[in-house]
Amino acid sequence: MKQKIDFSVLDQAIKEYGNEEKSLIAILQRAQEHYRYLPEEVFAYLAEKLNLPEARIYGVATFYENFSLEQKGKYVVKVCDGTACHVRKSIPILEALRKELGLSEQKKTTDDLMFTVETVSCLGACSSAPAVMVNDEIYPTMTPETAVALINELKEKN
Amino acid sequence: MDKKKYMTVDGVPVEINGEKNLLEIIRKVGIEMPTFCYYSELSVYGACRMCMVENEWGGFEASCSTPPREGMNIKTNTEKLRKYRKNILELLLANHCRDCTTCEKNNDCKLQALARKFKIEGVRFPNTASKAERDQSSPCIVKDQSKCILCGDCVRVCNEVQNVGAIDFAHRGSKMTISTAFDRPLAQSPCVGCGQCVAVCPTGALILNSEAEVIWKALHDKELKTTVQIAPAVRVAIGKELGFKEGENAMGKIVAALRLMGFDEIYDTSLAADLTVLEETNEFIDRLNNGGKLPLMTSCCPGWIQYAEKKHPELLENISTCRSPMQMMASIVKAQAREKDEKHFHVAIMPCTSKKFEAIREEFTVDGQRNVDAVLTTKGLIRMIQEAGIKFSEIEPEAIDMPFSTISGAGVIFGVTGGVTEAVLRRVSSNKNRAELVTLANVGQRGEEGIKEFDLPFGERTLKIVVCSGLGNAEKVIKRMEAGEHFDFVEVMACPGGCVNGGGQPFAVREEKSKRSKGLYDTDRLLSIRRAEDNPILNELYNGVLKDKVHELLHVHYGKHK
Repeated sequence: MKQKIDFSVLDQAIKEYGNEEKSLIAILQRAQEHYRYLPEEVFAYLAEKLNLPEARIYGVATFYENFSLEQKGKYVVKVCDGTACHVRKSIPILEALRKELGLSEQKKTTDDLMFTVETVSCLGACSSAPAVMVNDEIYPTMTPETAVALINELKEKN
Repeated sequence: MDKKKYMTVDGVPVEINGEKNLLEIIRKVGIEMPTFCYYSELSVYGACRMCMVENEWGGFEASCSTPPREGMNIKTNTEKLRKYRKNILELLLANHCRDCTTCEKNNDCKLQALARKFKIEGVRFPNTASKAERDQSSPCIVKDQSKCILCGDCVRVCNEVQNVGAIDFAHRGSKMTISTAFDRPLAQSPCVGCGQCVAVCPTGALILNSEAEVIWKALHDKELKTTVQIAPAVRVAIGKELGFKEGENAMGKIVAALRLMGFDEIYDTSLAADLTVLEETNEFIDRLNNGGKLPLMTSCCPGWIQYAEKKHPELLENISTCRSPMQMMASIVKAQAREKDEKHFHVAIMPCTSKKFEAIREEFTVDGQRNVDAVLTTKGLIRMIQEAGIKFSEIEPEAIDMPFSTISGAGVIFGVTGGVTEAVLRRVSSNKNRAELVTLANVGQRGEEGIKEFDLPFGERTLKIVVCSGLGNAEKVIKRMEAGEHFDFVEVMACPGGCVNGGGQPFAVREEKSKRSKGLYDTDRLLSIRRAEDNPILNELYNGVLKDKVHELLHVHYGKHK
């Protein structure tokens, strides 16, 4: 799915961080924040602006788990599977969410681009285990039922 | 004077004399360390861990990345180290395609050689190599990730030396690969096909695309007339693997071998290089006198042409319209064949991988037929000679066929950086006596430096000339041009040192490479014709096949491959 991309957010980031190799990660983070993933067009654009090979930028972007090359949903649901959450049964939450949204380990994002479900190794919210994070908000002590309810609540909002 | 500094290697005291790292110190004792990722021309990466040494406290240090210190006491071969190295090799093999017998690099593979040296008799771990998926999109280079050991040599040569940056590391941990951006096929990447990555790859992960089968087929076809041209740099690089000395001119033997293989006629590309000299000089003088675009940049190197097309299209007007010597030769050969209406297969033997791309460019096809039907690299030629069972050291040398046999020294030195410039200078200079040749040899274009620049008086003006080799060095010169510096003539060769070190040449270390350049200069000195314009064949060509067709057959405008 190719779309016209507005690069002004990149120009702004380059202006702030400088058009140098060392600014690359900061600029990519800004891009990820804005587009919710890193569209392919961003790589060629940055390669030219930062005078870096596209392959180098691709290397950096694929090295870090935090960068995504695939389009993500409006709501990114991160199910914590760190040790504390895992022993307090985070996997059933993950399974319930996937079942509810028709997703799997391979298919992480719904076709309507509303939801992405993924796991993280630790959210740092162990006292609230099992925890789920939706975009930047933490939801503590979840169960499969409350997780599904949360999804439905978000669906209704739209 | 400073007191001499010493350290100890395997109990032997060694003087420290400005060596960069322990590897160089260890070499002084007569020990060659095993390495995968170390090349003196590249930055130190320290990835393969094969060159570990043990210090006096039993700790390990990587000798490639550790500078020597006074009083250091290291051992290069201990029980612990042997076990450690064998472990690395076993782990590499566990993640490696092990179909050695059908691998292009069989017997020429560093991993295979070290596995044998360290007597790896079995691998304890299950094989996790990815399935072989060959990227054959490029006409020049074939990439096979299942044979990659992630030493990063290719990435560094592509980025640091060539400034191309077609490939880099991608992904992380066990999923790490060498990849183009988005794992696109090489043909769709910024790759210019120079083959320097193939030259440094220790395994079969990056190999040359071979056209040997097509050539054999043509040779076996009795209906076809098969002709072949041999580039200058081939003759001084082929010998070592076939029992000659590095840099020794083996042209006579090559000709004899090609005849045995079945080629009908054999020509020397140096003759076409003489044509290039005349055409390029005319163009240069025309631009100087008539306010044309300067600097004039050379056009013989297809790696450079692709680099300019992909990265600096604004420079295409600076690039000479002369076809490369390979294409000049081929267009003449094919024009004559068309006149006679004969079925003709023309092969070019080149030190170069990028020529394989040049050969398929549509600018060099006539009615859909390629002028050069196949390109064979020096390495490929060695393979074919071996396959045919020809005993290279025993066959009697033979001479090139008429009419493309008479060559000048100017054409021969095209194979080394500065050669094109020197050949043009010989033509431009109004002084035609022998002593002038010696003077012109020493104005600054010779030598192995990546960028050589000098001023030369010419009539009432002073010419500013730059000779660069290695695309990274070309980029430095281009940056200076962008900053406003003026040059009149810029020679660019994509491979460091020129064609003698092309991606299609057998691997050589630095000292061996300079022997190849010397071999070409020696050949030049021994020829009775030293200037391109003195080559009598050229007149025949200009009055014959080239009559009214100089532009059509010898010139080209690039810019189609962006």
